[in-house]
Amino acid sequence: MTDEREVVFGSTSGGGGAGAASANMADLVNPVAGVFDDVVPEPGSPKPDPILIASNVMKTFGGLTAVDVEHLEIQRGAITALIGPNGAGKTTFFNLLTGFDDMDRGRVTLDGDVITKVPPHRLAKRGMVRTFQLTKALSRMKVIDNMKLGATPQRGESFWVSLVTSLWSGQEAEVEAKADALLDRFNMTHMRDEFAGTMSGGQRKLIEMARALMTDPKLVMLDEPMAGVNPALTQSLLGHVKGLRAEGRTVIFVEHDMDVVRDISDWVVVMAEGQIIAEGTPDHISANTDVIDAYLGKHHDSDLFDDEVVAAVLDDEVTAAALDGDDDAAAAIVRELSEEVRQEEDGP
Amino acid sequence: MLRVCRWLVVLLTVGLVIDTGVVSAQDEEQSVFGTLTYTDPETNDRVPVEGGLITVEGVGSAPSEADGSFRIGLPEPGEYVVSIDPEGLPEGVFLDDPDRAVLTVNVQEGGNQIVLFRLTVLDEADRGSTSGGITGRRVAQLTAEGLKQGLYLAMAAIGLSMIFGTTGLTNFAHAELVTFGMLGTYFFNFYGLAGVIGFLAPLPPPFGDGMNLVFAAVFGMLAGGTLGWAINRFIFRGARRSGVSLLAQMLMTIGLSILLRYIFLYVFRGGPRTFGQFTAQRAVKIGPIELTPKDMIAMSLAIIILILVGVFLQLTRTGKAMRAVSDNRELAESTGINVERVISTVWVSGAALAALGGTFFGLTQIRWDFGFRNLLLLFAAVVLGGLGTAYGALLGALIVGLAINLSTIVIDAELKNMVALLVMVVILLVRPQGILGRPERIG
Amino acid sequence: MDWGFIFERTMSAMIGPEAMVFALAAIGLNVHFGYAGLLNFGQVGFLAAGAYGLGMTVYWLDLNFWLGIPFGILYALVLALILGIPTLRLRADYLAIVTIAASESIRLFVRWRGNSDITGASQGINEFARPFYDLNPFVNGQFYSLGPFKYLGRDVWVLMVGWTIVMLSLLVVWQIMRSPWGRALRAIREDEDAARALGKNAYVYKVQALMIGGVIGALAGMLQVIQKSSVQPDTFNPVITFTIWAILILGGPGRVWSPVVGSMIYWSLIVFIENVLRGLPSGARDTLENTVRLSDINISQLRFMLVGLGLLLLARFRPQGIFGSREEMALDDR
Repeated sequence: MTDEREVVFGSTSGGGGAGAASANMADLVNPVAGVFDDVVPEPGSPKPDPILIASNVMKTFGGLTAVDVEHLEIQRGAITALIGPNGAGKTTFFNLLTGFDDMDRGRVTLDGDVITKVPPHRLAKRGMVRTFQLTKALSRMKVIDNMKLGATPQRGESFWVSLVTSLWSGQEAEVEAKADALLDRFNMTHMRDEFAGTMSGGQRKLIEMARALMTDPKLVMLDEPMAGVNPALTQSLLGHVKGLRAEGRTVIFVEHDMDVVRDISDWVVVMAEGQIIAEGTPDHISANTDVIDAYLGKHHDSDLFDDEVVAAVLDDEVTAAALDGDDDAAAAIVRELSEEVRQEEDGP
Repeated sequence: MLRVCRWLVVLLTVGLVIDTGVVSAQDEEQSVFGTLTYTDPETNDRVPVEGGLITVEGVGSAPSEADGSFRIGLPEPGEYVVSIDPEGLPEGVFLDDPDRAVLTVNVQEGGNQIVLFRLTVLDEADRGSTSGGITGRRVAQLTAEGLKQGLYLAMAAIGLSMIFGTTGLTNFAHAELVTFGMLGTYFFNFYGLAGVIGFLAPLPPPFGDGMNLVFAAVFGMLAGGTLGWAINRFIFRGARRSGVSLLAQMLMTIGLSILLRYIFLYVFRGGPRTFGQFTAQRAVKIGPIELTPKDMIAMSLAIIILILVGVFLQLTRTGKAMRAVSDNRELAESTGINVERVISTVWVSGAALAALGGTFFGLTQIRWDFGFRNLLLLFAAVVLGGLGTAYGALLGALIVGLAINLSTIVIDAELKNMVALLVMVVILLVRPQGILGRPERIG
Repeated sequence: MDWGFIFERTMSAMIGPEAMVFALAAIGLNVHFGYAGLLNFGQVGFLAAGAYGLGMTVYWLDLNFWLGIPFGILYALVLALILGIPTLRLRADYLAIVTIAASESIRLFVRWRGNSDITGASQGINEFARPFYDLNPFVNGQFYSLGPFKYLGRDVWVLMVGWTIVMLSLLVVWQIMRSPWGRALRAIREDEDAARALGKNAYVYKVQALMIGGVIGALAGMLQVIQKSSVQPDTFNPVITFTIWAILILGGPGRVWSPVVGSMIYWSLIVFIENVLRGLPSGARDTLENTVRLSDINISQLRFMLVGLGLLLLARFRPQGIFGSREEMALDDR
């Protein structure tokens, strides 16, 4: 991205960012300012106007508890950050909410409708869209096709309709106009006809967010939108996230870096070991000792045990131990196994 | 060696070529005639069947000539019963329809009547007895057969599953490693080490002139391991390093499979063969079960080897490293395990096990495409047990072996392999990760 | 060696019946793999579905030949559902495993002697295609010149109808792949989760793609047996599937024309090599026979070794086909 205008956001400084127009607008407008004033900063606290409610959500992988959330409400129109150390179960929780993973038990409602076990493609049509931690740019498709893909519903996506051009060409033109407008808003017009695979990491994050907006979502769920993005682009991305709120959309995003979160989120939810350990405004959370413990405490060296990894680590021994309800034993066995191998490899 | 070369490729229907030429007059005015040949599917050559015994009831019988033709003169026109002796046909050649071994033909005055005996060449294994009712004995016998097939299958399936576990690659060429072991053992069995190192030829066995099957099996296994090592070292290691996608790597295994299979055919030619020793053994009765001594020894060996594999995986450094890489490659790598070395070991040991499994299968019959014909069973075993799990492959193989053999109680033996397909489809619908597999995060 | 003869054979192989049938089968596989990313290792099963659809309708059901076409399509659709429903929610490997297993099982099943009244078992079905040749405006047994080539009237008719079907299939593939449906399908090939997050029901698209490619494969099977005037179970051998794969990869998967280009290249190459080998002077032939035991008997085995080696090398070094760009391949981050 080569936008040269310098924009300064709140207390954070530095970095030229794209999408300055919407970012400026975002700074001026916060439709949910003051909404959280009466909300009690504790796990599971009720919100004035929740769009998403999750209760008793539980997910185990062969005995290891990845997610165990008692109750969580997400305020409509606000930016909610979901933070926690690596392996806290954030991404797994995200997968459960968006239908990419099946929960063992629990109940999730979107605008009052139960969406437990609703597959992801239906959720997208109901106005809930997500992005991924590892960006999923569709490499061998052009950027504009990536964008057009996002529009929903499209008549031409039915097989029989697709056979007759005149049945879908009209809508296709509308979709294309919308895609071009969004590309313009994200300052990506110059990439329009390039293959998505040629984009940089930051550009991929941008295109993924823009593509998600093609679905006209009311709830946007961003999984680590800032991961692997250079600082200059980070500001632009944050600006766009604020822009979503200014448009009246609800945003939930996952992040493990506390500092990034502080400027843009209205509410922060902290997860550790699969549970929600704290909720509150950014200021409240940064002063919370539980949170600091969670980040620096006994798990500070557990980078290896990101939830993806934990899910995959289950050897039969581990599974056996875990099924006996002994999670620590399971984790210990994995470590021991690896340790043993390492020592013997080093040994003779 | 020469004996087994008689039957080139065997796959297809054997037809009867109708001699349409004008028949010259013989002593009698009437005759029945025909030619027994079958089509070599690889070359489309017609291979004549010599010595097939044709009998005309009340007249006499005659064997077919070297070109497969036969002619039996008849004293007078009328209805005749012509039969072929199924036992007189070469090994592996059968009547297409066993009920048509005896035909009734009507011969006109002065006519030369063509008689058609359609022949089929089939695996003896495919030609098992059809439903014979459920008896305790039969169930016991089929269980033993199933166990036998399952044990041999397990030896091949473990390597396939472990290669998938450590590299994520589904190796469609694994069946060819089984065939390779079978053919390798055959090679050493008949040519000895002299087959590889020419100047040993004048020496007595086991160096020249073939070696005992037991030694040959060991060398076949070594050859299999070497091939596994070479495939990994020269084909897939490079592919992994240059980031060739798993999809493309899977296509590569398909290409490799075809290449190897047709090299086998090219070098060894078609036709079923047998090892030089222990070919015709009389089955021994144990209770209700009849098994040949060679199968009993091979089954015991298979059990011992599978236990050793388990011990190896559970207790040794390399075995633990294999499991660690299988469970989580990144984690294993970060704890200092040399992942490439582990993968290489998996390829070598998996291929060696498959080769030995091939030798065991070869005790019954050796074919250039044996592995491919059993690919379905191999994959059914691995999918059933859980792709990527060694013990799952073992369990799956035993279940598949038992299921297909016991199924012949109710269905035609020729269709028994389809039961494996059914098992596979059902497990994918019910529990896609397999019996011992862990749930995957998939759609 | 008669180079003129070899050249003529090679050129006529480019538009010959084999090139036509395999091009059509590869168009189906292109829908599967090129556009949807599905690993169908049993395309020959769909060919068999079409072929037996025609054959069984005449032989077993004793119905009109032309009814065989909808029956063949129906069998292909059913086969696609049977193969797709259990596997398309799972990793790509499972479809590959099930299709390779199923296609071989189909062959064993139709040649099972218990089916001799239905499929003709190992004898197959003969003489069922007369209604097709009755429509032939050319004289079946007469030779016609087509440019430099001479064809029998029956072959001219088959080739005309066959290549028309190939062109129509290309047109359909081109149309659906440029539509929003095709865009969603390609998105699923690139990243299934991304497409699902954007509201595309990946499973349904994949099942549809399997069905469409399967039907095109079934049409190829019908053409093949019409051309041969006979349905033989053993022509539906697994190596056919992998020849189709080699053709597709050769031409470059994911492009409309590539199956046709790949098929033409493949068949002219094979016919050229085999004719050169068969046409060698006797001295050279004897040398080949004495050193590498290459004789008339196993020249055709060489073809399959080439298919295997070609597939291995193409998948390793040029998965985008011989005309595809390296750039495009670099984007493939599957």
